[in-house]
Amino acid sequence: MAHSAAESAGHPSVHASPAVAYEAAKLGIWAFLATEVLLFGGLFTTYIVFRLKFPEMFHRDYLHLDRVLGAANTVVLIASSLTVALAIASIRKGEQRLLKLFLSLTIFLAGVFLVIKYFEWTEKFAHGLFPGTDIFFSLYFMMTGLHGLHVAGGIAVLGAMLFLAGRGRFSESYNTPVEISGLYWHFVDLVWIYLFPLFYLIG
Amino acid sequence: MALPENGRSRGYLAARGFRSWALTLDHKRIGALYLYTTLFFFLLGGIFGLLIRIKLMYPGQAIFSNQTYNVLFTLHGSMMIFLFIIPGIPSGLGNFFIPLLIGARDVAFPRLNLASYWIFVAGILVILGSLIRPMDTGWTFYTPYSAKTGANIALLSFGIFLVGMSSILTGLNFIVTVHKLRAPGMTWHRMPLFIWGMYATSIIQVLATPVVGITFLLLAMERVFGIGFFDPAKGGDPLLFQHFFWFYSHPVVYVMILPAMGVISEVIPVFSRKPIFGYKAIAYSSLAIAFIGFLVWGHHMFVSGMSKTASIIFSFLTFFVAVPTSVKVFNWIATMYKGSITFESPMLYALTFISLFIIGGLTGMFLGALATDVHVHDTYFIVAHFHYTMMGGTVMGLLAGLHYWWPKMTGRMLSEKTARWGWLLTFIGFNLTFLVQFYLGFKGMPRRWAEYPPQYQTLNIVSTVGSWILAGGILVMFSNFIRGLFRGDPAPANPWKGLTLEWQTSSPPPEENFGTVPVVTDWPYGYVKRKPAGDG
Repeated sequence: MAHSAAESAGHPSVHASPAVAYEAAKLGIWAFLATEVLLFGGLFTTYIVFRLKFPEMFHRDYLHLDRVLGAANTVVLIASSLTVALAIASIRKGEQRLLKLFLSLTIFLAGVFLVIKYFEWTEKFAHGLFPGTDIFFSLYFMMTGLHGLHVAGGIAVLGAMLFLAGRGRFSESYNTPVEISGLYWHFVDLVWIYLFPLFYLIG
Repeated sequence: MALPENGRSRGYLAARGFRSWALTLDHKRIGALYLYTTLFFFLLGGIFGLLIRIKLMYPGQAIFSNQTYNVLFTLHGSMMIFLFIIPGIPSGLGNFFIPLLIGARDVAFPRLNLASYWIFVAGILVILGSLIRPMDTGWTFYTPYSAKTGANIALLSFGIFLVGMSSILTGLNFIVTVHKLRAPGMTWHRMPLFIWGMYATSIIQVLATPVVGITFLLLAMERVFGIGFFDPAKGGDPLLFQHFFWFYSHPVVYVMILPAMGVISEVIPVFSRKPIFGYKAIAYSSLAIAFIGFLVWGHHMFVSGMSKTASIIFSFLTFFVAVPTSVKVFNWIATMYKGSITFESPMLYALTFISLFIIGGLTGMFLGALATDVHVHDTYFIVAHFHYTMMGGTVMGLLAGLHYWWPKMTGRMLSEKTARWGWLLTFIGFNLTFLVQFYLGFKGMPRRWAEYPPQYQTLNIVSTVGSWILAGGILVMFSNFIRGLFRGDPAPANPWKGLTLEWQTSSPPPEENFGTVPVVTDWPYGYVKRKPAGDG
């Protein structure tokens, strides 16, 4: 998504200046995040429809979810949003070492999130609760699953950033890809901040 | 194909070989790839359409089985919609001409552009792979039938998800391109109207496509894991699927038509030698159509069991779309008024667009009104209506664009005489095929049925013969394209004497589009004041 003159050797840069390239990348990622909001929007709509239709089922099933694990994951993800913000702040000041440190921390926290999610899902399966069990669990697995895929995608993107940071690709003057990836990661965090109360807190 | 004899540049077509096309970052080549791909599915879908018409010529005779018929009309519909009409103008002509028309070197994210083409191809391959057990649901995939039929719906859904993703990325790329890469001096009100149409289209692509993406994902999950969102037996709601489906698929009707309207807005002033009438009204009506288009999906569901209040509101909103649409038609006609009109093939297709689209649009009002909709619902009236808007509208717009921009794209002229013959046959064949279907539908012949009562046979024979004439016209046209590609006369830079920026560079354009970045000082339709640029 991000476009750097160095990477597109052989092709003339389409942007008049690095400033325009930066603005274009920013606008692009915001438009992309809008599509992501709508993708999850379909699921949120489904949630509302069936919550109104089956209030008892939603109350009964919500008692099966583990609030402690959910809350732990919320803390983990918010912490990772902080570390990615620190990564961006570091490279803006040209701190290569801090950039790599904070990117690694973010990836580590994202991994922790997925591990906790793994234990949570396994426990549900052990109790015979599957995506096809009823509509509440269909929604639960569908929405946390899609979110989980986004976390995995985030790990891949941040991993690529870490790799490029290792090659010294970013500097005070050029850090657009880091910033763009950071925005994406904040979005992944934000979706969870909606999912957590919907499934774990309101019964 | 090279033109060494007169020393002309082959422009962006100079590089050869598979890699130079498959890995190209040049928007013009990517646009050409999209055009080749989508036109292939236009021809394939057309063959399926001809087979359907042959079956309908003789009711009661087993030309092929009814199951085969179901598969054929599903393939015809879904290929035409998902693989031809939706991506055709936006991804094909849009990719090629947006940067040229705004004076940019390329789209904002060239590599994303290439990625979206290959995602599109991957989606097509997945869809074709799912045809091992062919689908028979119709192109709308309504649940609960689609959740139960023996076809490979999960795989198919994934294929459509990929095609949708490609559409989102293309739209996103265009929005950023239009915002950030316009040539110096090109203010929003100096942009060509094709750009306005494409900009409105891109907004719809970006905001509507994710919803159908999640819908098809849910449908796939429904089949793989047995979740029950759409299955009434499990407490699910089939109407939810329809709401989601049409929340995308109605706005996407405007993804089909807005770019075509953009093409028409370019062609009409050039061949009338007059400034376009009501520039701002045409520009903003594109945005208005995009906006209202999001509010009217429920008119596809008047007889589905939705509440009466909802139906009345959707009916009311539906009528509103007619306002900005009529603004455009009025302005095109006003542009031609007292112009010095010439009837080259692009203009013939543009005029055909206007006349057929008026028929399609007015019959749309019949369908937006509750009472008449209930009468003609799921009859051939609908089939005729959407063929008039989609084929009479979008496809004619695409053909106008192809004939108009062909010299620029290939550096070769088409044979004008053959182009006119192709147009004439297409025009006659199209009307013969679909005009009678309004009457058939009004008399009660249902759509999607393989068999029908004998009193409808005469008109069905007329319609089928019409489809052959139409096919003949398309064949003539494509033979002209192929001949033009290899043997056409070398095209001058500005054969039609247009004022938009794409005519200010050579035909075909060089890889970077313009030798020096153009500076824009005026709007592109000032035909009275200014002399056109370029030779020719």
